[in-house]
Amino acid sequence: MSGSNRISRRDFVKVTTGTIGGIITAAIGAPAIGYLISPALSAGAKEAWVPIGQKLEDIPLNVPTPFSFTRTQVNGWERTSTSFGGFVIRKSADPKDILILSSRCTHLGCTVNWHPEANEFICPCHDAKFSKEGVVLDGPPPKPLNQYTEFKVDNDGNLLIFVKEG
Amino acid sequence: MWQKIYLWLDERLGLKEMYTGILDRPEPKGNWWNTLGSASLFLFILQAVTGIFLTVYYTPSPDHAYDSIQYIMTGVAFGWLVRGVHHWGATLMVLVVFIHLLRVFVTASYKYPRELTWLVGVGLFLMTLGMGFTGYLLPWNQKAFWATTVATQIAGSVPYLGDFILKVLRGGSDLSALTLQRFFAAHIWILPAILTGLIFVHLFLIIKHGESHFPQKED
Repeated sequence: MSGSNRISRRDFVKVTTGTIGGIITAAIGAPAIGYLISPALSAGAKEAWVPIGQKLEDIPLNVPTPFSFTRTQVNGWERTSTSFGGFVIRKSADPKDILILSSRCTHLGCTVNWHPEANEFICPCHDAKFSKEGVVLDGPPPKPLNQYTEFKVDNDGNLLIFVKEG
Repeated sequence: MWQKIYLWLDERLGLKEMYTGILDRPEPKGNWWNTLGSASLFLFILQAVTGIFLTVYYTPSPDHAYDSIQYIMTGVAFGWLVRGVHHWGATLMVLVVFIHLLRVFVTASYKYPRELTWLVGVGLFLMTLGMGFTGYLLPWNQKAFWATTVATQIAGSVPYLGDFILKVLRGGSDLSALTLQRFFAAHIWILPAILTGLIFVHLFLIIKHGESHFPQKED
């Protein structure tokens, strides 16, 4: 049969077995892989506008005012709540002239406190000191306090911040 | 190159003898009733694979067992398929193993020299029922809870030893977290280990003796 373009019985069986076997493997393999990697793909959007629970007009000028909020994360069958906090500093009466700092120390994640008498944020864990603008003054932190750079005021005057982490 | 690798392996493993011994052995005239054993083996492998996949998400704790199954059904890609196959495969396996046992009984294939194959097979049937019994509790819903309450109660009705058996099965006098945990352990470790061992003995005996002839009218 060599030289002719007719396919031999043996080759036909080989090709058919291979093709059907391949289809079956893909039909079983794709759901199997999808099942295993599913949580990695469905990790939902963590970004959201979060009200900090205070109206802009109630926040005094030039004083770091603390706020906190809790975000709930659903992982499979478990709900995990994580607390976040920070400080709002209104530099002037201009509603856009606001600095919002995270209270999470950039060293190892402890919560910094505002000490008005020292005019500094002080982290209780390793005595790190930050200025009112969040700049590192002393201690081990590698970078300044994180800022919530996106914020807005809704129609009722509530201050909202844009949060990117769960 | 593949040829070389194959020859190297064949020389050390004896692939050719393995193939002729296991898959190319002489058979009596084919009969569909004779395929039920292979069907049982296939279902066992199917249950093992889907079961292993389910343990990726299932958690055997009273707090989360039900929720984790809800998550498998609604939150995981193809979770409904994996659990569905495991659920229906379980029912089918009990059925196929039972019909296989009936077939061997009706055709008298359990007779000399295959008595041991039969005895091991009965053990396999009991283990299969055990898998069904322990697996039934794992969804931790009302049906599972009360079915296990009743079934352990039945086991507890044995004279003299009943109360002790009931406590061993439940891990205490009540159906509790301990019951769920030990049923889970039995379902994924103990019974499958016994099943796998018995399956190898069963298969060894079948290959050793060959399959029995289907009896003729004059037999």
